[in-house]
Amino acid sequence: MSDTSTKPSIDPDEIEKIATLARIRIAGDQVAGVTHRIADILAMVDTLQAADTTDVEPMANPLDAVQTLRADEVTETNRREAFQAIAPAVENGLYLVPKVIE
Amino acid sequence: MHNQTVAQLARGLREKQFSSVEVTRHLLERIAGLDAQYNSFITTCEDAALASARAADDRLAAGDAGPLTGIPLAHKDIFCTSGVRTSCGSRMLDNFVPPYDATVVERLRDAGTVTLGKTNMDEFAMGSSNENSYYGAVKNPWDTNCVPGGSSGGSAAAVAAGLVPAASGTDTGGSIRQPAAFCGITGLKPTYGRISRLGMVAFASSLDQAGPMARTAEDCALLLEAMAGHDPRDSTSVNRPVPDYCADLDKPLEGLRIGLPREYFGEGLQAATGDCIQAALKELENQGASLVEVSLPNSHLTIPTYYIIAPAEASTNLSRYDGVRYGYRCDNPADLDDLYTRTREEGFGDEVKRRILVGTYALSAGYYDAYYRKAQQARRLIRDDFLACFEQVDVIAGPTTPGPAFGLGEKSDDPVAMYLEDVYTLAVNLAGLPGMSVPAGLVEGKPVGLQLIGRHFEEARLLNTAHRFQQATDWHTRAPSQGGNA
Repeated sequence: MSDTSTKPSIDPDEIEKIATLARIRIAGDQVAGVTHRIADILAMVDTLQAADTTDVEPMANPLDAVQTLRADEVTETNRREAFQAIAPAVENGLYLVPKVIE
Repeated sequence: MHNQTVAQLARGLREKQFSSVEVTRHLLERIAGLDAQYNSFITTCEDAALASARAADDRLAAGDAGPLTGIPLAHKDIFCTSGVRTSCGSRMLDNFVPPYDATVVERLRDAGTVTLGKTNMDEFAMGSSNENSYYGAVKNPWDTNCVPGGSSGGSAAAVAAGLVPAASGTDTGGSIRQPAAFCGITGLKPTYGRISRLGMVAFASSLDQAGPMARTAEDCALLLEAMAGHDPRDSTSVNRPVPDYCADLDKPLEGLRIGLPREYFGEGLQAATGDCIQAALKELENQGASLVEVSLPNSHLTIPTYYIIAPAEASTNLSRYDGVRYGYRCDNPADLDDLYTRTREEGFGDEVKRRILVGTYALSAGYYDAYYRKAQQARRLIRDDFLACFEQVDVIAGPTTPGPAFGLGEKSDDPVAMYLEDVYTLAVNLAGLPGMSVPAGLVEGKPVGLQLIGRHFEEARLLNTAHRFQQATDWHTRAPSQGGNA
């Protein structure tokens, strides 16, 4: 468990780092506004740090359910054409994206 | 016809007072004539609706009809509908026509219902006011200067305005109950896992749950029965028999123990709303229920816990929108990275981007333990508070919201103020419990809702409590004057 005194705020550089991780471009003139609002939200969620959660097991599912497993068998039919019909760009059954390797 | 409940319409259809085609036409005309003032629908499907209505009339004529055969309804635009655009209120999915139906849509169609269209919603179900929609805000039929609540605001407004007798909704932190309260209708969020999430666009997967929105508890019972049940294609769907939710609706309330959490009646609850809730509780007491004060001591952790868990799960779920396989793609991407980042910049609205950023931060290296893990620990404390209460009482009751519907634009510039609107509903999702909102009065001409919370899988007890309340009160029969009586 890391130190509970989490940073109360966030600066524009960190916002740009997070935006890069999230693959969301933020226009230069909007960074300050976004930083301000995210800082407000983080200040609110940081109140959780005061809660005593010593020895409390994290809960991922409210019914304490565990992942169900099924037999490793093919159950779906191939619907490639239907799925590719809604894609922005396809060719010969492949999804097209901008050139990655020059 | 448009003021009738699902149960009344079903009776009228069976007794040949009208046909499904007649009801469907009437409601489609109302939508065409009235919805410009509410903006509750994103898409209507006239031709498909009339075709399903004709098929339903054939089944009714053949005596091969179920309780929902021929009943028109609408689906929140978060449920995938094969061949019909499913936008989720987002520019990102403005062009998305799913190649399959959500299980909820499939089950309700198999039950004979007629889909009139897809209702407006906060983008990706993130919001409490329905102002975060790419298709514009929804207006509350009781006061078009006010919000209908969110995120299932279109479904709630459409039912309140008499455009449709019932609609599907989803509830991740109150998105069925809060708009139901603001629009004066009845809404049920079932136990987590009771209804399949397959084909329901994911927001926060450990919290998301679909449910019915209608005018009465009886209608919610009829719809829930069709919607609920195990789906092997959703690994979190619970494999447990679906009871007959209508069987115990009339059961007397004698002996029912209702817990009133002191944290839900304190500072923050507006006085006039509190008075309505007290009057509603008095009615339940008159019917033989006993009121017991209880405590949920970790309530103050609810909002921060939710606003870590929900954005964290959202940031993961929404990573799929990359402009490659379906949905929006930006024009002329310079390279693959530009394709991703500009597609997501242009395709998502401000609130969705904020939540993705908060979630990405909470899950990023060095912060996971302090945020996500800590929130999961607090989540257990919050759930265990409820489980302890349910050793003393059968149902927990309180207000659905701190007050009636607020004004359009009033909180849209302050995300944290908007988040505080969900103070009474969020914990129910964190704990995975069933919760309902039932019309319980009017404050300055605007509806307020009584929230009922039950033990896991005790939807029938909530429906019974709400139904008995509605047998003795008429709040659920009140309709807004604008449009609703046209």
